[in-house]
Amino acid sequence: MAIAAISVDSSAESRKLCQDQGYTFAFLSDPKAEVIRRYGVLHRGAGENGRDIARPAEFLVDAKGVVRWVNLTDDIRIRARPEVVLKEIDYLQLPSGT
Amino acid sequence: MLVAAVSYIPIFVRFPVTRDIPWANLLLFLAGGWMLAAGLKRAYGAPERYGGKVSGAVLSALALALFGLFCWGNFVFARHVPSASGAPQAGQPAPDFTLADANGKPVSLTELRQSNRTVLLIFYRGYW
Repeated sequence: MAIAAISVDSSAESRKLCQDQGYTFAFLSDPKAEVIRRYGVLHRGAGENGRDIARPAEFLVDAKGVVRWVNLTDDIRIRARPEVVLKEIDYLQLPSGT
Repeated sequence: MLVAAVSYIPIFVRFPVTRDIPWANLLLFLAGGWMLAAGLKRAYGAPERYGGKVSGAVLSALALALFGLFCWGNFVFARHVPSASGAPQAGQPAPDFTLADANGKPVSLTELRQSNRTVLLIFYRGYW
């Protein structure tokens, strides 16, 4: 499967994060929050200087481009844990290989 | 109390068990509060031996403020998340997009789900 993390951070900021933390999956930069808005997960004015950012959310999309599972937390500290996502992939019988 | 307040973000947030419910920090606060109470009891119970009536009161107020701030941040501020009523639901098509990755290379959702791959999209607040 493919993982993509999306935020308003610039590519340079994400590159630094990946180098620091050793992340190898895609970090996509949406500085104007266009995709974030299209996915309905905008948190208006919650960033630095009142900038619009993303609220935490996870979506599982199948190979046909259909959303299969959505996780919308109501607490910024609590996100989907890896084991929860993997269980959901199993349950939905989605291919999980790379 | 200070340890209890400042240790959450650098240490306990890393582990889901201590992040989702900050019990480790609440225990530290409890320990801090117990020590504070013991100290106040000394300061006010036997002032001729220990002193510290004024500093004890000041530090107690600061400790309470710190505890209040911690609770506000974790239990009030963290839950100020707008509802995502416009988000695509299970069964609906995922809007396609093309965004630059960390190296500036454009990546599209279509590309991500090539060769029968499932895609996990993680939206996060940024500023890490």
